[in-house]
Amino acid sequence: MATETVESLVEDFQSLAVKDRLNLLLEFSENLPSLPARYADHPDLLERVEECQSPIYLFVEVADETVHLFFTAPEEAPTTRGFASILHAVIDGLPVEKALAIDDDFPSRIGLSEAVSPLRMRGMRGMLARIKRQVAEKQ
Amino acid sequence: MPIEFDTNKKFEEYATQGVLVSTEWLAANLNRDGLVVVESDEDVLLYEIGHIPGAVKIDWHTDLNDPITRDYVSNEAFKALMDAKGISAEDTVIIYGDKSNWWASYALWVFKLFGHNDVRLVDGGRDKWIAEGRELVKDVPSREISDYPLPTRDDSTLRAFRDDVLAHFGNPLIDVRSTEEYTGERTHMPAYPEEGALRGGHIPSAASVPWAKAAGENGVFKPRQELEEIYLDGAGLKKGDNVIAYCRIGERSSHTWFVLNYLLGFENVRNYDGSWTEWGSLVGVPIVKGIEPGTAPMARR
Repeated sequence: MATETVESLVEDFQSLAVKDRLNLLLEFSENLPSLPARYADHPDLLERVEECQSPIYLFVEVADETVHLFFTAPEEAPTTRGFASILHAVIDGLPVEKALAIDDDFPSRIGLSEAVSPLRMRGMRGMLARIKRQVAEKQ
Repeated sequence: MPIEFDTNKKFEEYATQGVLVSTEWLAANLNRDGLVVVESDEDVLLYEIGHIPGAVKIDWHTDLNDPITRDYVSNEAFKALMDAKGISAEDTVIIYGDKSNWWASYALWVFKLFGHNDVRLVDGGRDKWIAEGRELVKDVPSREISDYPLPTRDDSTLRAFRDDVLAHFGNPLIDVRSTEEYTGERTHMPAYPEEGALRGGHIPSAASVPWAKAAGENGVFKPRQELEEIYLDGAGLKKGDNVIAYCRIGERSSHTWFVLNYLLGFENVRNYDGSWTEWGSLVGVPIVKGIEPGTAPMARR
């Protein structure tokens, strides 16, 4: 089951000063689950998120109406990893219907635009859009 | 005590001495009094996952730009930043960063706007330091607060504004963005999402030289001869030229500014930081689409 709801996540970030929001993003980055072997051995299955400056790849599984997310991004891309990890926390384990209902613009509401460039925030929205597209295709 | 230059052979052929240090030199000179290492990255969390021992972080986005006005920080804010980071006016500031020192060059250029005397880049930046297996730490150094004299930002020597560009026509312009941005196919970097200029294309007569051409393997600056082939033979710059470089918001063109100004010795190079996000949205200024530079209109003075 998803560990956070969009609303609790927005609240967590918004309750912090800008600098501490970056630290929270860093924590998420460190907690991005690593890719299971079945995908690590098949990079061709993963979709590249073109909107992100750093190379990040994702894959969506839908099994029993439930969404599972898999990401891989280099250690040297902590911001991108942090975004992926946030999306994992709010979407992984959700039923299809709830995953598709996630607000497309919630990345704008976590208060990181002041600390991270607007370009990067668009990268996170790009990731979310790709996840939702894959969910819709695979449901 | 001034900090001596890195006398690495590679740097001898460049026009200006004392603007680059090698990773070897830095490793041997860390912890010297009067030397402050600064990390400035595109990815704002990189410093936190590990940095060169003793380095302080300067964030281009939150530290160097004014939060309200589209401009660099005020003289007072720059002084406050230097004080908080423990940097004195006479310190040698050594800057390094990710992606071939792209943002590190930008930070260096801003330091020069504020007249900091001795600022140098680490050739190859963060990637080279890591590739060589050198030490990274997570602890943030606690430096003593300094008392930086209130600087006066000089916007007339190294920086160009849009009216300066209009008056500059007939002199060389270098567009350092990707080819797709230059031709007008897109208004943002490849792999970056759409970003706000209303028209795609380039400033008439600007030569296209994507910034990263100046960087070789491991992000180090290319040897002088190769740089001359790119900017002199390729882009047609001649000794003594008055040059303006631009990109999207002035960061990538800081890298090119560094190369032209320090490594090739052009004495009159300015960075137009308004760049395409301003020019591509300005009412009534000429632009050119496609791969040809186009001809310069009459200069407007």
